[in-house]
Order: sequence, then C-alpha cells, then structure tokens
Amino acid sequence: MALLDIRDLQKQFGGVQALDGVDFHIDEGEIVSVIGPNGAGKTSFFNVISGMFAPDSGTIVFDGDHVAGHLPNEITERGIARTFQNVRLFPNLTVLENVMVGQHCRTDQGMWGAILQTKKQKAEEARIEENAKEILSFFGTRLAGYRHDQPAFVLSYANRRRLEIARAMATEPKLLLLDEPTAGMNPRETIELTELIGKLRSERGLTVVIIEHDMKVVRDVSDRVVVLDHGVKIAEGDYETISTNDDVIEAYLGRPQGADDE
Amino acid sequence: MSIDRYVRKWGPVAGLVMSFMAAIGMIRSFDGRMMINPVLSLGYIALLLPPAVFGYLAARGEVNVLEEQERDVPGGAVKGAMVGLIAGLVTVVFMLVTAPFDLSGFFPNINDAMVDVMTFHQGLGLGSLILIAVSTAVGAMGGALHGASEVVRAGVLRSLGWVMLFALFELVVTDIIDVRAIVRFIYAAGGGLQLWSALIIAALAWWLGGRYAGRRAEFSDMAKASEAGSRLRYSLIGIGILLLIILPMLVGGIVNELLINVALFILMGLGLNIVVGQAGLLDLGYVAFFAVGAYGTAVLTSPLSPTFAPALNWWLALPIVMIFAAIAGVLVGTPVIRMRGDYLAIVTLGFGEIVRLLLLSDWLTPYFGGAQGITRIPGITVGPLTISGTSPELFIYLTMIFVAIAAYISYRAQNSRVGRAWAAMREDEDVAEAIGISTVKAKLVAFVTGAIIASFAGALFSAKVGTVFTNSFDVLVSIIILVVVIVGGMGSIRGVALGALMLIGILGGPKSQGLLTEFAEFKLLIYGAILVFMMLKRPEGLLPSVRRSRELHGAEAEQDAWLDRRGDFVDEDAEEAIT
Repeated sequence: MALLDIRDLQKQFGGVQALDGVDFHIDEGEIVSVIGPNGAGKTSFFNVISGMFAPDSGTIVFDGDHVAGHLPNEITERGIARTFQNVRLFPNLTVLENVMVGQHCRTDQGMWGAILQTKKQKAEEARIEENAKEILSFFGTRLAGYRHDQPAFVLSYANRRRLEIARAMATEPKLLLLDEPTAGMNPRETIELTELIGKLRSERGLTVVIIEHDMKVVRDVSDRVVVLDHGVKIAEGDYETISTNDDVIEAYLGRPQGADDE
Repeated sequence: MSIDRYVRKWGPVAGLVMSFMAAIGMIRSFDGRMMINPVLSLGYIALLLPPAVFGYLAARGEVNVLEEQERDVPGGAVKGAMVGLIAGLVTVVFMLVTAPFDLSGFFPNINDAMVDVMTFHQGLGLGSLILIAVSTAVGAMGGALHGASEVVRAGVLRSLGWVMLFALFELVVTDIIDVRAIVRFIYAAGGGLQLWSALIIAALAWWLGGRYAGRRAEFSDMAKASEAGSRLRYSLIGIGILLLIILPMLVGGIVNELLINVALFILMGLGLNIVVGQAGLLDLGYVAFFAVGAYGTAVLTSPLSPTFAPALNWWLALPIVMIFAAIAGVLVGTPVIRMRGDYLAIVTLGFGEIVRLLLLSDWLTPYFGGAQGITRIPGITVGPLTISGTSPELFIYLTMIFVAIAAYISYRAQNSRVGRAWAAMREDEDVAEAIGISTVKAKLVAFVTGAIIASFAGALFSAKVGTVFTNSFDVLVSIIILVVVIVGGMGSIRGVALGALMLIGILGGPKSQGLLTEFAEFKLLIYGAILVFMMLKRPEGLLPSVRRSRELHGAEAEQDAWLDRRGDFVDEDAEEAIT
C-alpha cells in the first residue's frame, strides 16, 4: 500500500487554480521528484499536504489515515515533515536549539516537569540534546562542534538549508518533503546534498518527495518524476521518460511556433 | 565664519528642550529638591543637562561606525560652548517673548516664578546673562569631555554618577547609615548633599574607581565566564540573596514601602515577560489578571465582602485565586488564539478594560462592591504574626519570596521544552506549527502561567493595601508593566528586575510615588521619553536576554561574523580551485 495516496486534490486561491485534480502516490522508501515551471503549483502542493492550507476538495491518505484539512502540527505528528523553499529557520535560536525544538512533538514534558525538575524531565532534556547532536552529525562536519551554539542566522546559505533538513529530521518523520533543497548552493554543495538525500533513504529509512529545479539532481536522486503545470499533473514516470515527453518540454519551453495551427 | 553643522543642529535643540522643561514647570518643581546644598538643585541639573549633553554630541560630530572614532578632534570645547551659547540664547528669547503676556490660561507654568528660577533669582536682565554664561560654560565642559582622555572622561562621569546617586538616594543612604552624626556630615538639614561631602564622594569615586577598574573588569569577566553551577557562581548568588535579606532591615518604612511596590511590579513584569518576552504574545490587558488576583483574594478573605464572604485565611485563598487566574487565562486566551501581533494587542487591551468595567457594573456590584470596592482585607498570617501593609519591613519578605518563585518559574520555563516552543512560536508561528508545535496549547500555557504569576501580585497587593478599588486596575497599569519589561529587557529576568527598580522605584508606579517624589507630576512624560530613547538606541532593553539581543542586532552580528571569517571563505574558494 502506498505511504501517501492523494486523489483529485483541488486548491484555489481567488481566481487561481493552484491545484487542479492532482493524483499522487508514493510508496515507502521511494524518492519522488516533483518538477514543473515556476507557478506550476509545486509549493502549493506541499503546503496542502503539510496542512498549511486545507484543500478545497480531494483526499489525502497518509499511512492509512485521512489527513486532509488537519492542522500542520497534527500532520507533522503523524510523520510528515517538510522544509521551505525560502529557508525558514528560527534565526535567533542556536543551531542545536533549532534541532531540539524540532523534537517537540515526540516529547511530552510540560510546565510541571520544568518547574519541579523531575527525573523524567531531566532525562528527556538529555535525550533531546543527544538526539539533536546525533542528527546534526548526519551532515558530517558541516554543522558540528562549535556550530552547535551559533545562532542560526550566522550560517551560510547552504548550511541553513542543511539545518532546515536536520530540523525536519528531528520530528522523526516517515515522509520528508524537501522544497528545492539545493537552491542557491554551489555545484560542490549540490553534489554533497544529492548524496545526502540518497542517505536519507538508505540510512534513515525515509521516504522523500522533493521539489527541484536542478535536473541533474532530479536525475540522480529520483525513482520517479511527477510533472506539474498550472496545477495539473501533466506527466509521470522515470527520468528518461519525462525528459523526452513532449508535454513536459512544452510546459518548460512553450509550444514551437506555428504549432497552434495543427 | 561658518558654524559647524552639528552645532547648528544641537544648539537650538538644546535650547528648545530647556524651554520646554521650563514651560511645563519641571525646572521649578525640581528646584524644590536640593542635590548639593546650597549650590545645586535637581531643577538646575535638569536645566543644564541639555547644554552638556548636546554640547558633547556636537563635539562628537559624525559617528563613523566603520572607523575608529577620532577622539581628540580639536575644538570640542569650542563647539560645546557654541551649543551652550545658542541654547542659552534660545531659552532667554523664550523667556523674553513669553514674559509680556499672561499665558496662565494655557500654560499655567509660564510665569514670573519660572523666570525667577531660570534667571537664578537675579531678575530678567542680569539673570539672562548669567543663564547664557552658565549654559555656555556647561556646554563647553560637555564638549571638552568628548575630547578628554579616556581616564579623565571615565573619571568625570564616574564622579558625577556617584554624587548624583548619593544625592538621589538620600533617603536610602540615611536609613542605612542611621548614625545621626555621619548623616549630618553627609547631608544638609534641608536635604541635599553638603558641598564638602559631594567633593569627597567625587574624589573617592575618581580615585577608587580608577584604581580598581581593571580588577573589576577582570572579576566581572570571570563571573560571566563561570559555568552555571560552579562555586563562584553559587557564591555570587549567595551574596546577592544575603544582601536582599539584609537590605529591608537596614532601610526604613518608606523605602520598604517602595521596595514592595517594586517587587510587585517585578512580579507582574516576570509574568508579562513570559507572555510577551518569551511567547511573543503582546498582551495589553495584563492588568486583568492582576485584578482577578486582587479581587479574588478580597472576596475570599475580607469579612466585609458584600455577598459571599467566607473570610478565609490568605494562604487558603491563594490556591483558589490561582485557579481563578488560570481560568481567566484560558478565557482570555481562547478567543484570541488565532490572532497575531497588533490584533492580539488590541483585543487584549479591550479585555483588560472589560474586566475593570464589569467590576464597576450594576450586575457585579453586589458581589464586588462596585465603586465602593472591598475593604478590611486582612493581612497574611505567618505563624503568630499577621503581616499587612502596616508593617512593610516584614511584608517585603513575603513579596520577595513570591518574586523568587516567579523568577524560578520563568527561568525553568525558558530552558525547557515549553520555553523552546515559545521561542519558536515567537520567531515564526507558521513554521513552529509546521514542525509539530501545537501553538494553541503553547499559547494557552503562556497565558495561564502569566495569569497565575499576576494573581500572586494581586493577592499580595490586596493583603498589603487592605482594600481594593477598580481604579487600581486601569489600563495604565498594563502599559506601565509593559514599559518595565521593555526598558528592562524583554525575555530577561534580571532585566525586568532592573526595569522595575528604575522606573517604579525611582520614578514611581502608576498609582504610587517613587523615591523622587518631585517626579510624580512628570512621571509619564519621563516614562515616554525613556521609552522613545530606548527604542531608538537600545531596543533590546537594559539587560537583554541573549536571544532578544540577537533578534534586534542580528544583522550587525552577522556582519561581524562575516568580517571575522572572511579569511575562511577565501581559503574555501582556493581549496575549491585546487580540487
């Protein structure tokens, strides 16, 4: 059974049909890329899945449960985590705190624990910190050591993207939605991140949906590619099929001149 | 000869500030307070502060942040003198222009008495000349101070600071020393430092301060670097607590009364600090929770409570009041849960007023006494004693205990899972939700915690005063608590304490007088001026929390970090070129 199964998803913003009957599914352990020209509805697609917007209609079944219209924090708790296209960290928290706060929905100590400093609370705090460090070590030396206590805003652009992934990993998701994870990275960093996305599956057992503009990355990481244009899914298949699909080429480059007459 | 740009700018400003202070009667009112007997009153300090400060600013000229400031720019004194001269002239012109008219209808403070003070009681003709001369001289000193060497500048500021401190805190110092002969040596009979004692204090401050400056800096660095839980840290905290325990014994009733007010505001400030500083929810109706605490205690403990009068012991009433406050927190929190920023502020402002007006309404008057309030609220029993406002030297300890509890709660909350969730929510609510934080729950926890802490303050307040009236809970109180938090430093526990001490202790609270009773009339003006100044120059507050100061100076820190690491970037590029 598919981990995430979406049927006929509709979302309208004013007069703009951002998503128009999108069907989508992903199996456990798959890596699927969502591509499409700017304004195709890719980010809207993520926003609806992650609960930031409720869909107008359609069903989203994740891990056997209907999740359409649930609050973002409920959806995260069920196991969908995401990153943002325009990196949205908590800039004034430290790197470590950013990851620690990501574990919020997997931990449960409240005010009483904090005030009374119960054994449970102390153990949990220690565990949160340990987990956070372990997650950051996934990125090698990039976010290690002295970086832990730096506020997030001093990080380089690439490191912010890494940290955002780390924060998403901290929520212990089954499904990870990455919105343009390599945007703004240099070629070397892009290659590094591409390998990392592979490791997310092989080492962490995550299922990944990734929005990406860099076709090299798409080719290297994805089992399957889904193409959106104007809120409609226009093609789906492996990279080779997609890259030669006429509709896809048209969506990106426009119709050849004179093609209207046909 | 062309006049320096900054002289042209600051001279008239200084003059206008002086004229304004005179026009609102501040100078004359402050003149009643002697600082150094018999030469200098607070009024003249206020009058001569603008030429000094603006003279200094004119001498400083342009502030170039990128380059080390050139300190010994020649002509600082001249520039300062010119600022003082212009300021004096403007003020004199102001007096001359207003003198022929009877403005008492509009500006009751512009009158002969004002002119008399401003002209050093020498009449308009000679007095004006003296004013101009003094203003010029003070301006020159301000300007010269800028060019002076570091040692001199620090020394002068330190001496002036200590003298001011001793003069302003006359009441406290007198209480602490409490030996008539010494007090009479330091202070004049009519108030104010004796001239010689002022000189001695200045000299001591200069000499001792200069001598131990290095060692003090060393020590404070050491204290800062010390780990939480280290012996140095513990002993510092221990000394602090010991001082707090001893202080109320040394000072008298009036000062203890002030300290109680300060402590109550620290308590409320700490509560609001959780809501605004930590969770980022701008609550302008915070006084409502204070009212719930005060009225709850009044109804439960006073035998004269109109309808329902169980006349409970204060300690029994307290948990019930806390529950009321928690319910009030949920009631206020729930409807505003989806609101953000300005909207939240306006709605909570409304809630604050609603509570007060409800208490006044015909509907609730039978239960809460309406405008008559509730009287004869008993004190707090501790063993055989009953402590109320009539024994401030004991009551202060009770308030201190609750402040300690509130500070502990804030501190623990801040460094916990809940505190991190608040911080995340403050930074970016959407993202906080997207990473799995239930913002509904986090906001309610913040509101309820804040409400309970405010109810402590309310319960203490009603036991101290013995009566509650609705006018103790108007919107001004909410605003003042917020100002305390902002000036002190949002999100910072020490900051709130310092803010309350400065504003409530020295200037006075919304309904109470501070150490300087002369300020009473101008309290709100000074509050406003401080707030504007802080927002412009130090928006993170006096003692900010680390996170807040990052928030407000993030861009600068980022710049610094970039400058520091520019070397690394170069290396990285080079490395890339090789591979």
